[in-house]
Amino acid sequence: MKIADKSTSAVSLVKAALDKAEKYQKTHHIFNWLNQDALRQAEEIDRKIKNGEPVGRLAGVPYAIKDNYLSRQGETTASAKILTGLSAPLDATCVEKLEAEGAILIGRTNLDAFAHGSSTENSFFGPTKNAKDLSRVAGGSSGGSAVAVALDIVQFATGSDTGGSIRQPASFNGVFGIKPTYGAISRYGVVAMASSTDVLGFFAQSAADLDLLMSITAGQDAKDQTSLPDFYGTKDEKLEKQKLGYVKEFMESPALDPEIKAALEGKLTLARSKGFETVELSLPTLEYALAVYYIIQPAEVASNLSRYDGIRYAFRSQKGKDIASVFSQTRSEGFMRENKRRIMIGNFVLSSGFYDAYFLKAAKARTLIIDEFAKAFSKVDAILTPVSPNPAFKLGEKVDDPVSMYLEDVMSVPVNLAGIPAVAFPAGETKSGLPLGLQLLGPRRSDKNLLGLVEDLC
Amino acid sequence: MTKKYEITIGIECHVQLSTKTKLFSEVDNDARGKEPNSCVSPVDYALPGMLPRLNGEAVKFAIRAGAAMNAKINARSRFDRKHYFYPDSPKGYQITQFYSPIIGAGFIELPSGKKIRIEHAHLEGDAGKLTHYDTYSLVDLNRVDTPLIEIVSMPDISSAEEARDYCKELWRTMVYAGVTNGDLYNGNMRFDVNISLKLPEAKELGTRAEIKNLNSFRSVERAVEYEYSRQSKLLDQGEKIVQETRGWSDATGKTTPQRSKEAAQDYRYMPEPDLPPLNLSSEFIAAEVARLPLLPHDYRAKFRGTVPDDLIEILLDYPSLSARLAEVEDSADKKIVKRLANLFSSVLLAEENASLLNDKLPEAPQLIELCTMLEQNELSSTAGKEVFIKLFEPKHAAKSPRDLAKELNLLQENDSAALEALVASVLEDPATRQAQADYKAGQAKVLGFLVGQVMKASHGKANPAAVSEILKKQLA
Repeated sequence: MKIADKSTSAVSLVKAALDKAEKYQKTHHIFNWLNQDALRQAEEIDRKIKNGEPVGRLAGVPYAIKDNYLSRQGETTASAKILTGLSAPLDATCVEKLEAEGAILIGRTNLDAFAHGSSTENSFFGPTKNAKDLSRVAGGSSGGSAVAVALDIVQFATGSDTGGSIRQPASFNGVFGIKPTYGAISRYGVVAMASSTDVLGFFAQSAADLDLLMSITAGQDAKDQTSLPDFYGTKDEKLEKQKLGYVKEFMESPALDPEIKAALEGKLTLARSKGFETVELSLPTLEYALAVYYIIQPAEVASNLSRYDGIRYAFRSQKGKDIASVFSQTRSEGFMRENKRRIMIGNFVLSSGFYDAYFLKAAKARTLIIDEFAKAFSKVDAILTPVSPNPAFKLGEKVDDPVSMYLEDVMSVPVNLAGIPAVAFPAGETKSGLPLGLQLLGPRRSDKNLLGLVEDLC
Repeated sequence: MTKKYEITIGIECHVQLSTKTKLFSEVDNDARGKEPNSCVSPVDYALPGMLPRLNGEAVKFAIRAGAAMNAKINARSRFDRKHYFYPDSPKGYQITQFYSPIIGAGFIELPSGKKIRIEHAHLEGDAGKLTHYDTYSLVDLNRVDTPLIEIVSMPDISSAEEARDYCKELWRTMVYAGVTNGDLYNGNMRFDVNISLKLPEAKELGTRAEIKNLNSFRSVERAVEYEYSRQSKLLDQGEKIVQETRGWSDATGKTTPQRSKEAAQDYRYMPEPDLPPLNLSSEFIAAEVARLPLLPHDYRAKFRGTVPDDLIEILLDYPSLSARLAEVEDSADKKIVKRLANLFSSVLLAEENASLLNDKLPEAPQLIELCTMLEQNELSSTAGKEVFIKLFEPKHAAKSPRDLAKELNLLQENDSAALEALVASVLEDPATRQAQADYKAGQAKVLGFLVGQVMKASHGKANPAAVSEILKKQLA
């Protein structure tokens, strides 16, 4: 991380970031909002440095937030029409911690509306383009953040990962991304998607940067009762002589792109040459993870989106004539098609008479997935898998085929259902020059160890 | 009159807990006299990204309420979301405990001795309030997520009177347990009454109607009476009862249909993913149960045999009086307790002294001294009441009743020489001559008049019994 100091001013860092942001905005459509106050904030940091006042571990570092993070700066839209006009009266805990260390917000990045999607095409403001290929998707849902880091506009950006939304765009754009252990970072102040799998995390250009960001933002928060007691960096977690697993079912999947498979095999070879023992694992339950995820996640989505009714804040349809039609018109106009699809699925699986057959059964299957990972981690310290079965696909390719879009998540969602950490990292390129990404999975609370392992493998 | 049909009644009661802050936020839970929407945090109005934060005090109150209902406290409970769209529900769902409530089975014992079983009780957040006008409605979210416990009874209640007694006993229990302000007028406790009728020989219960949102004991009783006559008429005519929700109007004295079962909402219950399951250690539960103050049945047990049963029931409506009486009962003998109960009832429950109930009660040692003076004829009952009332005045509140009686010159005259002199002076008064003559002529009744004259001359301080004896002697 390049922080401002006596030799590099915060103003120069921020000015460079703003210039790039404006340049790439025209081609890639990365930001929903740019911070016009950033330079003034940079001057403030420079003044402190000059006066010898303390400035924090991220002094003057330009960063971006996914537009589902609440902050007093700019409107929080989650790229959804229904949230347009929302000026938050508070900062998310994560934002508060980053800014306390002197980081300077450059802008709010685009996402699939309410983080529903794997391409950032479901945004009310239009899609973000892939950093390396303008004809391809950025991945999603945290597409804007991934591209902002890949194009070196900002040094890091925040994301949220409910079923792969950090790792998949990280791998599509060739950057590092961490999906921490569930509860590692407070969710307070981030627009909820599916509460039981939502985690906040980061995009950066190295595992070391992710480590710094984790040490700043992880920790228990009274405002989020699902946040875990502080664990990150409380002990030296780097183990000697680690065992690395890989998943037989993923390696044998016909959907897996051969170039990704080759990249993974290459990393296994590298690991062995560095003294790691590699172990083939069979995790047959993971086959059901996507089905389980597409029951639990839409159920929580439908519930979490119930609050958007046009009564108290943000968008309200003018076509409403009474209470019921204010609700239905506001929601009909304010949500994207994909949001509505998930509301429909979610309400169906929760409805009386179907709850036991769908939601409850999925919850039980989820326990089996958790158990299967626990068993695997009794044999190995980490598991290496692809992030998605394919590199970045073409814009528009999957928009009208929701099931094929959902299949993008097949290798990422098991991690979210189990609440375990995973780090996505670049692993070369395809022959045609598209970034390839892999991920390393570990048991709960092994986030720091994973980042160390990733450094070893890169 | 025996009724043709048997009534089966089950009651659900919502109790607003008087915690300092709301169930899921740090905002003031007491919105009395405050502007609409002034006790509302971003968590309460459901700003995106906000998460509920369970109020530990509400959990403690729930444990106490459960213990007061002789109920099992579940070491592990959980929260669920109950979904419905309405502007009084900012999140679009209510956080409740549908699958695993904190309070398990218990019972409420009525003054009659009958036990009404409690099926379970759970913690949940209240809804906001809507006020409807001609062309618009206003939303007030002050009440959103005020902690509630919903207490669900078994269908053990079998008459309108018993329904009223149950509600009243439940109210007393909650107020004595110290978990609610118990202000019925302001909706601190609200009752939903389920009623069905059946012929005594029928094995199955009849179809029930639910009367929602009753907020007084009297309306519970009247609504059940009305429902009995409505449902029995329908049954007599061979018609079927529709399972539905009905509303009660105090003004018309009738229930009217609100929602039928067919139109019932599907609440799409789901485990609340933002709150971890609630795990309570047995030590935590025991500590809270130990904090439970005396309950109505404890007071009954204390006072029974000393204070008449009907007076006990009246005093139980005033928790501060029962508490002070119990305190006195701990250190004084039964005669004193009985005197104090009578003093409370004759002074404080009299219309003209009603305002005293809002003031600070005299302390137990003062009350014991006062009642002992009455018991030993050091004060007349009139003077006793006067001293008692004066003790409520701030300038007298710290005084001993004896000092206060002296200061007010109210100590009863028991000195027989002085009394004899006083009697003699009254008998010398020409105004009493006729009465003296009548008494001597055998009209015993006029003695009362003469005693009254002596009392008047003594400014109320003379002991009337002693005066009477002296009069009899002097006139003999």
